[in-house]
Amino acid sequence: MIDLVKTYGLDAAWMAVKIGVIIGVVLFGVAYLTYAERKVLGAMQKRQGPMTVGPFGLLQPIADGLKLFSKETIIPAQAHRVVFLFAPIMLFTLALVAWAVIPFDLGMVLADINVGILYLFAISSMGVYGVIMAGWASNSRYAFLGGLRSASQMVSYEVSMGLVIVCVLLATGSLNLTEIVMTPRPWPVQVLLFPMFIVFLVSILAETNRSPFDLPEGESELSGGFMVEYSAMTFALFFLGEYANMILMSAMATILFLGGWLPPFGMESLSFVPGVVWFGLKTCLILFFFIWARGTFPRYRYDQLMRLGWKIFLPFTLIWVVVTAGCLMMFDALPG
Amino acid sequence: MSFDYVARSFMLQEILKGMSLTFRYMFRPKVTINYPYEKGPISPRFRGEHALRRYPNGEERCIACKLCEAICPALAITIEAEPREDGSRRTTRYDIDMTKCIYCGLCQEACPVDAIVEGPNFEFATETREELFYNKEKLLENGDRWEAQIAANLAADAPYR
Repeated sequence: MIDLVKTYGLDAAWMAVKIGVIIGVVLFGVAYLTYAERKVLGAMQKRQGPMTVGPFGLLQPIADGLKLFSKETIIPAQAHRVVFLFAPIMLFTLALVAWAVIPFDLGMVLADINVGILYLFAISSMGVYGVIMAGWASNSRYAFLGGLRSASQMVSYEVSMGLVIVCVLLATGSLNLTEIVMTPRPWPVQVLLFPMFIVFLVSILAETNRSPFDLPEGESELSGGFMVEYSAMTFALFFLGEYANMILMSAMATILFLGGWLPPFGMESLSFVPGVVWFGLKTCLILFFFIWARGTFPRYRYDQLMRLGWKIFLPFTLIWVVVTAGCLMMFDALPG
Repeated sequence: MSFDYVARSFMLQEILKGMSLTFRYMFRPKVTINYPYEKGPISPRFRGEHALRRYPNGEERCIACKLCEAICPALAITIEAEPREDGSRRTTRYDIDMTKCIYCGLCQEACPVDAIVEGPNFEFATETREELFYNKEKLLENGDRWEAQIAANLAADAPYR
């Protein structure tokens, strides 16, 4: 036992510190993402957004968090208690667990595993269980419909998302996230991948249930969807999970398409800026896109959503996988 | 479905148009104000909380003619009057039920001596209903507090009356 502690104790402690830092940064990011969302949406609607709590309303997320933590958690009498409580915990945990494989800089990664992208994809797909469980356990019509919608929506868009990732993998030849970033991409490859970047951006909107694909929540027809019965702490967990997922998907898009921690456009003169900063900035750019899309587009109708997923994205990505593979083959540019 | 239509929708032309519009709007000046700390301008004719005014020598203006009570369409004003020791006609009671008042401004129009006026104050929400039953004392106090602004507003509006 003593030997065990001597051998692994320090490593384990160091690992715990790293995990703590990542979780802290992600939760801080979530808090200020809600603030940024309210500010940017406000600006797009010519409003000021939160201004009262602290200078420019900067303490608003903290006030919101305190409010949610201090409220009473209500469990409906008809709900399945265990599943009802487990659903938000699961969603939140999954949103954090996925960060284990995200490389913030060269070597700055918790677990540098060779199937990183598969792990990421698997974890983000698991999120749908949390939603279904929440919708079912609430024993409420709205929640149930929200859960159903969410399930079919997430499954539909995962198909095209998977094919998008296949395109990237074809061009980089590795499932390891660090190698995906570090593999050089000549400009023809980037042009080839650009349409996939757009498809990926739209798919992550659907995958995270964000506007204009926020039908599972659809407050106008489902009054909050699968979250309708949740309050206080359980609601806060859903909320944190959703926003952490947004940040995670943005980080994923950054790694797959925007070159992770490398300076933009391969400018060597900018490499004095630490990679983490570039990584953060690029992630913020994608996050801005999330908010921007919410500020611009009205919600899709459900059949339109399905049509887009199955009849446009799926054939398009399928064709593009073939095109990408064919081009790489023809110009002998397949990696490895 | 012409080729043109398909090409346009695959180039996301309309989506980009919409997004560029919201992006441009982001930098437009804001139309909202930071309300409790910042307030919008109000007209000199604004009809807010009532006040009973005094003459500069401190004598109250109201002569208990009861024209305001008579004209009040909501029957919100109650006045009782009797001669004072010096023989002048004064109110002994001047109540306005602010929960009945419809802020039409007719009392102000009817008043021959500009005694009852509706001032510029609109932030007089209370926690109890009883606090909204204003008596003479409260109205005179309002008059003293808002006199400067009320006088300025009346002067600004005088040319149009």
